[in-house]
Amino acid sequence: MWTVKAQEISQKFNQRHIFEGISFEIQSGNSLVITGPNGSGKTTLIKIICQLLRPTSGHLIIKNEENQIDAHQIYPYLGLVGPYLQLYNNLSAFENYTFFARIRSLPVDMKYFRQLMAQLGLKGREFDELRTFSSGMLQRMKYVMAIMHKPRILILDEPTANLDEAGSEIVYGIMELQKKENILILATNEPEEVKFGEKKLVLHS
Amino acid sequence: MVKRSLSFIHKAYIVFLKDLHVEFRSRYAVNAIFLFAITTLTAISFSIGPIRLRSEILAPLLWIILFFSSMSGLAHIFVREEEQQTADTLRLLTSPNSIFLGKWLFNIILLFSLEVLIIPVFLAMMGVQVDSPGTFLLIIFIGSIGLASVATLIAAIISQASAKGALFAVLSFPISLPVLISGIHGTQLAMDGGTFKEAISDIQILFSFSIVIVTLSLLLFEFIWRK
Repeated sequence: MWTVKAQEISQKFNQRHIFEGISFEIQSGNSLVITGPNGSGKTTLIKIICQLLRPTSGHLIIKNEENQIDAHQIYPYLGLVGPYLQLYNNLSAFENYTFFARIRSLPVDMKYFRQLMAQLGLKGREFDELRTFSSGMLQRMKYVMAIMHKPRILILDEPTANLDEAGSEIVYGIMELQKKENILILATNEPEEVKFGEKKLVLHS
Repeated sequence: MVKRSLSFIHKAYIVFLKDLHVEFRSRYAVNAIFLFAITTLTAISFSIGPIRLRSEILAPLLWIILFFSSMSGLAHIFVREEEQQTADTLRLLTSPNSIFLGKWLFNIILLFSLEVLIIPVFLAMMGVQVDSPGTFLLIIFIGSIGLASVATLIAAIISQASAKGALFAVLSFPISLPVLISGIHGTQLAMDGGTFKEAISDIQILFSFSIVIVTLSLLLFEFIWRK
């Protein structure tokens, strides 16, 4: 059983408070949706949860049963898709996959890679450089990299940005599957996506 | 413990391979460094003409070329990650120290490649005879590691600033001074036929400096890398 627990998290940049006193707790088999107007700090909170940003105050605790996972050990358990997170455009889809697999100590499994590419509707583009991909295809590629290690915690910031209807349906399938046994956290204002969150956190600007 | 250390080094090697692969495709840093070095070398060669320079002038000239050439391209290792928004992706994949070590290794290899091409051309164009080639190569080898270490650390710092290009050389210069001073002195000695024993103090300074910078970098890098 995995747990993500935020205790009184506050963030300010210079003298401007983004949010104050954010607390929540979410466990495996559950999902959290973060909503709020532009500038309310959804992306900032996502970055804090991923440990990409240190909060000004408060604590974020990630636990597996009773064992607390520190920032250096979280990488194998986390998957993130967000507009500020890019892949290596000079490398092909397979070269990106190889890098991600090796650094995550996973086997470079061509069959599994093809299966993931097909799942995301990218069949036939396995060996093309990512710079030849459209923005929607790049968004799909981000999902390949985010779910390839079957993360315990999947975090999605604007999950269907740049995606067409078919792409959005694929992502909804991933979200549905993730929240069955693991943790899903998403930041969105799309009504279609908000319904995936069993818990809801509303940020105010 | 041993397994963790091996994993940390293995991941650094994967980061290094990735950077090598990306650089091989874009050739941005390689082009910047080589073009800068060739242009500087040509400019110096033309301005000097047929005059034969003494080692007191040649050694600083060689290190000036190496320093500014490396400044023109070594920062790219971190700047590219920030500009192409892949830095956060990398932050989510492995520990800061693996990233630093991988990028440090890449910068060393890049600098060595530059030297393999530039140093023979420099020696030929300037008509330099190196009387102690072994000592000369050792000084260049250890000095380059020191230079690449400083460049990697400063690159990580300036990649998050706005005026990256200007800041890189300005910040790197004072920290690189021990490398430049000992490198120039040792190179001059080697050109004049100084023995290994005579150059040992320069070699010791260059070696110690590299160890100190790499150790400091490994201690500080997490604070630089994590926002």
